[in-house]
Order: sequence, then C-alpha cells, then structure tokens
Amino acid sequence: MIATVEIAPMGRLRAGRRWKDRAFTAFLWACAFLAMVPLVLISVYVVSRGWHALSVNFFTKEPAGPLDPSAGGIAQSFVGTGLIVGMATLFSVPLGILTAIYLAEYGRGRFAGAVRLIAEVLLSTPSIVAGVFIWSLVVVAMGTFSALAAALALTVLMWPVIARAAEEILRLVPQELREGALALGVPRWRVILRVVVPTAGAGILTAIMLAVARGLGETAPILLTALGNDFINTNPLQPTDAVPLRVFADARTPVAALHELAWGGALMLLVAVLGLSIAARAVSSRQQKRMT
Amino acid sequence: MFAGWTGAVALGLVGLLALLLAELIVGGWRTFDRFGLGFFLGRAWNPVRGREAFGALPFIFGTLVTSAVAVALAVPVAVGLALLLNEVRGFVRAPLASFVDVLAAIPSVVYGLWGLFVLKPFLDRHIEPFMTSTIGTVPVAGALFRGNPNGPDLFTAGVILAIMILPIVTAVTREVVAVVPRELREGALALGATRYESIRMAVLPYARSGIVGATMLGLGRALGETIAVSMIVGNVPRIGASLFEPGATIPSWIASSFREATSVGLHRSALMALAVVLVIVAFVLAALSRLLVRRTASLVSGETPGAAETEIPKVTR
Repeated sequence: MIATVEIAPMGRLRAGRRWKDRAFTAFLWACAFLAMVPLVLISVYVVSRGWHALSVNFFTKEPAGPLDPSAGGIAQSFVGTGLIVGMATLFSVPLGILTAIYLAEYGRGRFAGAVRLIAEVLLSTPSIVAGVFIWSLVVVAMGTFSALAAALALTVLMWPVIARAAEEILRLVPQELREGALALGVPRWRVILRVVVPTAGAGILTAIMLAVARGLGETAPILLTALGNDFINTNPLQPTDAVPLRVFADARTPVAALHELAWGGALMLLVAVLGLSIAARAVSSRQQKRMT
Repeated sequence: MFAGWTGAVALGLVGLLALLLAELIVGGWRTFDRFGLGFFLGRAWNPVRGREAFGALPFIFGTLVTSAVAVALAVPVAVGLALLLNEVRGFVRAPLASFVDVLAAIPSVVYGLWGLFVLKPFLDRHIEPFMTSTIGTVPVAGALFRGNPNGPDLFTAGVILAIMILPIVTAVTREVVAVVPRELREGALALGATRYESIRMAVLPYARSGIVGATMLGLGRALGETIAVSMIVGNVPRIGASLFEPGATIPSWIASSFREATSVGLHRSALMALAVVLVIVAFVLAALSRLLVRRTASLVSGETPGAAETEIPKVTR
C-alpha cells in the first residue's frame, strides 16, 4: 500500500484535503458522543425512576394483591437471587479454578488446547441456550422448575468465565516463585496451592467477581429454569423468583404500580452489577501494580 | 494425584459441552425427523395436538432482520470510536474507554426495561414517522420504512441490540487497530498525509479483516440476545417488508413459549430444534471471527496462525 499524497508546505493543504480531515475528526467525535448517549440516558432513567420505588416495603414485602399493588415489594426476588446466584457461585468457583490450574500449571499439548477452545466456545454460547439445555435436562426430568436448575444453568455460563480469567491471572505469577519453592523440595501440588494461588489471589477474586456480576444480571437462562414465584421460597427444589425475572414480569403487566417496582428492581441490579465490575477493576489494577 | 483432579475437572468442561450439544440435538431430533427441511422453510407454528406444524422461517427472518439493523447501526459507530480511542491520548481516553466497558456490564433486562418505556415511545413518536415521510417515499427500499409506527417492532429491537453490541465490537476493533505498526502511521504522516489520510491508507487496510471479525462477533451476540428483544419485538411470528411491524426472533420465541411446551413432547422438541439452529450459527460466527482477528495479528507479526494458540495468550478481557 503506497501512499500517494501531494506534498504541500504546512498550512497550505489543498482545501479539499483539509476539509476531509476535519469532517473525519468530527465524525470520530460524533461516534464517541453517540456511544455515550445511551449510557447516560439509561443511568439517568433507571436512577430517577427506580429511586421512587425504594421503600421498606420494597425490600421486606412480597407482592401485594391486585387491589393495591403499590403496597407490595419484591422481597422474594432478593431471596431467590441470593439462593440461585449463591448456589451457582458455590458450584462454578471450584470448577473454574481447578480448570484454570490445570490449564496454567499442568496442561500441555493438544488436550489443553482443546479445553481452552471449548471454554471459548462456551463463552460465545448465547445464554438462552444454557437455559434450554438445563430446561430439558433437569426441569423436564424432575417435573418442576427449581432454583437448583437455575443455579446449574448459571454454572454452565460462569464456569468458563472463571476458568479463562483465572488462567490468565495464574500465568502472570512469576516463574521464579515456582522454581524457588520446587527447589526447596516442596511437591508440585503444594507449590500451586500455597505459593501460586495465594500470589494470584486478588486476580482470582476479580475473576470470581466478574462471573458473579454476570450471573446476577442473567435473565433468559433463569427464566427457563426457575420460572419465578410470588412468594419467598428457600427450597432449592421449588420454583423461585429472582430480581431480573421480576423486572421482566412486572414490566410486561399493564399496571403502573408494578412498573415502578420494575424500575426499582432494575436500579438494584444496576447498582449490584456495576458495583461488582468497578470493584473488580480496582482490585485487579492494585494487584497489577503489586506484581510489577 | 492433584494433577489428576484438575485434569478431571478440565475434562468435565469438555464433557459439559458434549452433553449440551447431545441434549439439544437429541431433543430436537423428533422435529428434524418429522419436518425435515420443512422446519426451516415452514411458516406455520401450531402446537395443537393432531394439527402440529412447526416452521422456523418467521423466527429466522426476525433474528436476521433485527441483527442486521443492529450491525448496520453499531459497526460504524464502534469503528469510529475505536479509531478515536487509538488517536487520543491522556485524559480523554481512559474515561471514554471505561464508559464503553460499563455499557457491556448492564444486564439485558435493564436494556429491555429502558427500551420498552423510554426508547420505544421516543422512536414511535419522533423517529419512525419522520423516516416514513422521508426515506419511506423511496420507491423500492422505502417499503422497509412504511407501516404502523406505534407498538412493538423489529426496528426498535434492532436499535436496542445495536447499543448492546457496541462495546464488544469496539473492544475487538480496538485490539486489531492497536496492532497496526506505528511505523506505517509515522511514514504516512511524514509524507505529509493528514490524520484522515494516514488512517485510511495505513490503518484501515491492515485492520479490515479484523473489523469484519469484530462485526461477526457482534452479530453473534445480537442473534442470541433474548430478554431485551423479547420485551420490545412483540413476539408475533410474521414475515413482511416493513421494519416498523412486530416480529419474533428465535430466542424471543423460545422465551415466550417454553411454558406451554414443558409438558408437550413435540412442541418442546421444536423449541430445542430452534436452539440447535441458534447454537450452530453462533458457533460458526464465533469461530470465523476468531480466525479473522487472528489473521490480522499474524499479518502484522508474520506468525503462522497455528503457532499463536499454543503460546501464552495475551491478556485481553
């Protein structure tokens, strides 16, 4: 590619070229502006409309009857989200970290390459596919929608997230640390558990936080597996509500008071998910400063 | 011993994907077996016992249309933004980049809620009637922009999808733009090229296949997005020229009809067949996009494409 540009002294560019350059620069800034608009508008609307929904009832009551829907809350959704995401975290953290340890410390050759590729493939799977999978495998077989099924569907999504992110962190641990410990006669597995993993600790925490943030906001896979519930449920084998499910359901009713609850739920989701992402960033940038 | 444990868990991840694919294909098999190619070409969707007909064409249509709108709107903005982030230094770049990343973290149900109560009324009242009265009058292509501006429609779903895929397309484009050697830019500038000319001649030719790859990744995201689309698109199986009429996408249809299908074998199988179509398209797009992005990297560094994978992967997201 050879650049064919007329050479002109500075300040005497032909008007056409200068105009094109200015138009292009303006276009780039317009793109940045356009990209910012939705973020600003979404935050403003979610905060200003969700704000009104927040009350003691909102956090402590189940939905009220159709006579006075504004007296109710979404307590069952908070309990359900805690139950589902809690179980999913419990399943996916050990699975993800062990996979990451295999890939970073032991994995060689073709099999490790295949595992890495499969983690990538699972990451690009549309989240509803995980829902359909568990719906058919667990919900239909057990004959009921359940919090457990929802946790399994989220595990399908969170396991590869943690595995890939934690692997990259483990690879950043300096090789000298491993060699030093091995030279002292410490067995490989103890080196990994007592030296490598603790060194990468904050980074692994970041990976977990990002996965939990993803799990909190997912709606489609939970919809097909947990279904939703108007009452507080703590039995993992029963249909269970969750905050995103409640937002989805309330938004589609024609009742204005329920729309308000939906905005309140959206605000809570936004705060939780953005809070986790920002905290994860802060932790990982501190970690990077420490390791370099 | 410990190595064996970690290996077993890694093998479990392979097993998970195998189980997922097997479950979907076995589940959808009854539908493929009974309707064959008709499943992809049929327009009727009737789960009533004895009169079953399952044709996926309206959902394939709706998925393609909303995703095409999303890509058409998002890719130019994403490329412009990625180029800008590559140009500017200092105090603008970091906040701008992290704002875009924040956009990626917003849950899809929040996009859906905002789309339903804020974006849809705005487009219905201001943008869609305007488009109908201007480009809607063009002889052939104008048919896209005629129709009832009120109510749920494919266009609104496409706009929401565009916002949702913007961060991922921007991030991948940034990666490929960043690997273009500085010397090329400097060479062009030294010859007296303006910024626009240096980007057009030194950056874009290198980044082209990577940008196509980024587009495909965005397309894959748009195809699979469920909840936000489901809240806006109307979930009506319909094929028609107008973007301003309701429709349904594969994921939105699965989400809106799984309740009735849970206890009915053939209906359930038909939904799983839809999921099989979705998963195959998403995998193919993801694989193609990886190949294209990697080709850009190897174009620059001169590595063979296969060698990159066994090396330590560079830290991205």
